[in-house]
Amino acid sequence: MNLFFSFLSGVVFGIGLILSGMTDPSKVIGFLDVTGNWNPTLGFVMCGAIFVSFFAFRKASKLSVSLTGQTISIPSKRKIDIPLILGSIIFGIGWGLAGYCPGPGIASIATGNIKPFFFVLAMICGMFIHDRLLNMTRLLFSNKSSKE
Amino acid sequence: MIILDGSSISNALVGGLLIGLAASTLILTNGKIAGISGILGGILHFDKNDMNWRILFILGLILSPLIFEIFRPLPQLSIFADNRTLLLAGLLVGMGTRLGSGCTSGHGVCGIARLSRRSFVATLCFILSGILTVYLSHYYRV
Repeated sequence: MNLFFSFLSGVVFGIGLILSGMTDPSKVIGFLDVTGNWNPTLGFVMCGAIFVSFFAFRKASKLSVSLTGQTISIPSKRKIDIPLILGSIIFGIGWGLAGYCPGPGIASIATGNIKPFFFVLAMICGMFIHDRLLNMTRLLFSNKSSKE
Repeated sequence: MIILDGSSISNALVGGLLIGLAASTLILTNGKIAGISGILGGILHFDKNDMNWRILFILGLILSPLIFEIFRPLPQLSIFADNRTLLLAGLLVGMGTRLGSGCTSGHGVCGIARLSRRSFVATLCFILSGILTVYLSHYYRV
């Protein structure tokens, strides 16, 4: 049952992205172009989405398990650290370059245009590179401290 | 100059409400945060016990334009970036969202909705760096 709801969430999320204009990179770049021809429309997307989910997260924080009996996993980390800031800055550069963030990129694969597919492929490579590099540093670090 | 028109504002609002509804459904039924980079990134770790809901969410997201088309025509997209820029942007988005533990959906929507300080800071960082990137690209684009 929870898997069906997961699929449904993906579909509704994607329809929201398409309807709102988030899948159009020129609109995203217009939203970020505050010093040029600024198009603040996409700000309304965030407001609408935050408004609805605010109540859901308040409700979720009072539940011990989800409505289908799943554990509720909400990030517990609170520290504002360098990876958070550096990672977000790097993400912002990529976002501003092409006008795609992960959701709209994936929701555009099936539109028949090859460009979002390129973007998503490169994004998956980026994720792989990051997770492997991080694993490597962790491996080196733990070898140094624990074994020799 | 500021560009605004009524119909795109109402589409943005309704679209935003749908995104919020989807995020609400995922947290209340599956107990998971609707952060796209986190959901996709988790698939790449091939953990058998933590795969199915992720794959189905991403599958829904991939199929969403086909379902959208049943009700109304897909909006026209204008992608300015050439393939080389798209590849570079994809790599940066992939690495950045993993390092920063989230993207527009995970930090910008879900994180802010649950009043997380980390997500406020992350959202501020990627919006500001996005703005700066677009500003600079006006001068360096051929």
